[in-house]
Amino acid sequence: MTNEANKAIDANSITIDGETVPFDAGQTIMDAALAVKIYIPHLCHYPGLTPAGNCRLCMVEANGKSVAACVTQAQSGQQVSSNTPELNAARLSITQMLFVEGNHICPSCEKSGNCRLQAMGYYLGMLEEHFHQFNPRREIDASHSTVLLDRDRCILCDLCVRASRDVDKKNVFAIAGRGIHARLIVNTASGKLGDSNIEAKDLAAKICPVGAILIRERSFDSPVAERIYDRQSISDTAMTEHVPRKEDDRG
Amino acid sequence: MLVVMKNQSWPHSLIFDKQHLLHRLYTLQQQDRHISAETIVRVAGEFNLPVSQVASVVDFYSFFYRKPVGRYHMLLSNCTSCGYQAGKTDLLKMLCRSLNVDPGVTRADGLVSISETSCIGMCDHGASMLINGIPLVGLDETKVTRIAGLVEQQLTLCQWPQDWFQITRSIRQSGMLLNNTGSSGNSLTKALSAGPGRTLDMIEHSGLRGRGGAGFSAGKKWRLCREATGDAHYVVCNADEGEPGTFKDRVLLQCHAGALFEGMTICALVIGARKGYLYLRGEYRYLLAHLQEALELHYSNNLLGCSILGHAGFDFDIEIVVGAGAYICGEESALIESLEGKPGVPRIRPPFPVTHGYLGQPTAVNNVETFIAAAYIVTHGSDNFRMAGTEQSTGSKILSVSGDCRNPGIYEYAFGVSIQEILDDCGADNVQAVQIGGPAGTLVAHRDFRRRISFEGVSTGGSFLVFGENRDLLTVNQNFARFFAHESCGFCTPCRVGTRLMEGSLQKIVDGRAVAADIEEIKRLSSLIMRYSHCGLGHTAANHMLDSLRQFPGLFEKRIMQQAFSPQIDLEAALETARQITHRDDADAHLD
Repeated sequence: MTNEANKAIDANSITIDGETVPFDAGQTIMDAALAVKIYIPHLCHYPGLTPAGNCRLCMVEANGKSVAACVTQAQSGQQVSSNTPELNAARLSITQMLFVEGNHICPSCEKSGNCRLQAMGYYLGMLEEHFHQFNPRREIDASHSTVLLDRDRCILCDLCVRASRDVDKKNVFAIAGRGIHARLIVNTASGKLGDSNIEAKDLAAKICPVGAILIRERSFDSPVAERIYDRQSISDTAMTEHVPRKEDDRG
Repeated sequence: MLVVMKNQSWPHSLIFDKQHLLHRLYTLQQQDRHISAETIVRVAGEFNLPVSQVASVVDFYSFFYRKPVGRYHMLLSNCTSCGYQAGKTDLLKMLCRSLNVDPGVTRADGLVSISETSCIGMCDHGASMLINGIPLVGLDETKVTRIAGLVEQQLTLCQWPQDWFQITRSIRQSGMLLNNTGSSGNSLTKALSAGPGRTLDMIEHSGLRGRGGAGFSAGKKWRLCREATGDAHYVVCNADEGEPGTFKDRVLLQCHAGALFEGMTICALVIGARKGYLYLRGEYRYLLAHLQEALELHYSNNLLGCSILGHAGFDFDIEIVVGAGAYICGEESALIESLEGKPGVPRIRPPFPVTHGYLGQPTAVNNVETFIAAAYIVTHGSDNFRMAGTEQSTGSKILSVSGDCRNPGIYEYAFGVSIQEILDDCGADNVQAVQIGGPAGTLVAHRDFRRRISFEGVSTGGSFLVFGENRDLLTVNQNFARFFAHESCGFCTPCRVGTRLMEGSLQKIVDGRAVAADIEEIKRLSSLIMRYSHCGLGHTAANHMLDSLRQFPGLFEKRIMQQAFSPQIDLEAALETARQITHRDDADAHLD
């Protein structure tokens, strides 16, 4: 009986950095890790939204192959390594890449302290940007009365696109352009946010990990030094994140 | 031939759907020379699509423009073989100067615009361009001068010397596939009499592997697709050969379209498909009329359409979809996205197209050459096919040979041929290296010319670029790095940002501003891009750098400064914007 029980566990478990982690059929490595409070760094993933796999911070080695944990199905017996010096060094470089391709002005950014990109920098011990700045020229959209779109800080994580399409059911955003010219666009004839039906209460307006989509007139609701990542590490906050569950799901 | 066909009444929309999003945008752009915001909104309405989807498609493909291009719109290839820098003179610069226009900016009178584009597959014809979408080959200084004159005179392209537009077939060496000019319908008749199961056995037994480069077993792919359940099954031909230096599919589409369509139809029989697509790269749009004719002939001979060759219940249609300038669409899942009217961003795999492909249904995607080989196998038998090649790489491979050789063109060899043998055949002397499989492939130095072409040896989708001893390989690396940065779809961070960083690092070396630490940095960056990117483009984007560093370290070392550090930024160059704004170019406006 014990043997059979063990088999059952083996059939539905993987190891992450040597630790046995159970999973349900259909779960990704990321799902399985989060369920047992193992943190795999990520920016473009948010539980409750379909994973996209674009930021590449959650790269792990699964049976010796580099894969993105958020889009790779867990498979019985899979041996995953995540918290290794090599992978964390790669994650640091990827974070630095995200910093230099945009215009990130942490000291004067109102998202500072609540920003997941900045928090990722802290988590990975980033002390400088390493690569040279691209200094892109990107368009700001201040046409909406309560939501501001500052593309300078966009990291193309696609979270707002998915949140608006799949949760808010408004399909306000999309990513357009190729390569380094990729940019967030608004799904209106004018391309302006002011002509969309986005509202400050929408998940798409709130989910931005950086300061690209901002709710206006809220910037100093919480003072600097008392913001999210002034108190907690991104590895802790990631454990409780989930898109709001529907009322009827609670019963 | 055409007259006979005109009397038939098969539905033309089956061959070329004017209402495919890419085609509709192309048509509208032909009228307005760009796609305006209004057009995007209008097309979104017509197709009942979000405005943002149409906008993202327009912005993704190189051949769609948001601002009006000139009435003469010229795109010069920037490939190392058919590019504007393939010779001594920078022909792009020369043409721009002759017509008084800046690259990428339409002249104020709207007459002309000049830009560059990735390889247009004319590598056997010397420096080449697409003018209003039509290939004009064999560019040199004299021709550039004459072109400038013809443009200023505003003569229509029909009034230009027509031999400039002659694309020859340049088949230098034929093998089993290129020699195969059997009567059309032969292989399909055989497949129908054998039945789908035995036909599939034949393909599997032949050992045929995908000719696009990856080398996945065609038989296995077809079997997986056949066994996958879905509402419909699809056959897709990948005619989006975009690897710089590849042009064999161009020649195959020109000379062996019949065999290709038969191969696709055989695949349809095996997997149970009723619909197939030929995804043609935008650079080959000029082949569209020819391909449509070939398709119509197939319909009139009952090799396509309903109850093919009298077999009740076996219906299959092929439609052509023309791309719009995106190398990434050669990746099969990106190609499928493009077929579906979206930007060509590769999908997360698994699931693979064999189970979840076009419209989420089981789809077999194969290269042009693979389908032609499949048709050959069914006609001549798998044993015949296996007689050529090696144990793991059966049959033949068609190579596109170009660069520093006397006889560029198409060469077909049995797999296992040595690189040296190919170099001897194409008239290449004093070769320092060969780039095999395009920028994403392998750089082979002189000492390794005994190596052989095969999936287990040096693998290639067809590109074979010869670099003579006088070629500066560092500028080749620079060209390749620029290519990947330009063609990266932008989906994932390591490729989107990393390919740009690589371009910058190489520029630093070429400029002589780099130090030893920069070389280490390039190695680290290469590994980041290759290990952590989303798709095959990123996984292979730094091969050329690592190959060069390994085999030609001297190339880099001789341009390195003997100091510990030098900044990435070139301060003198960075001041250029300020000089332009202030209209200054005096000594004080420069650093020294």
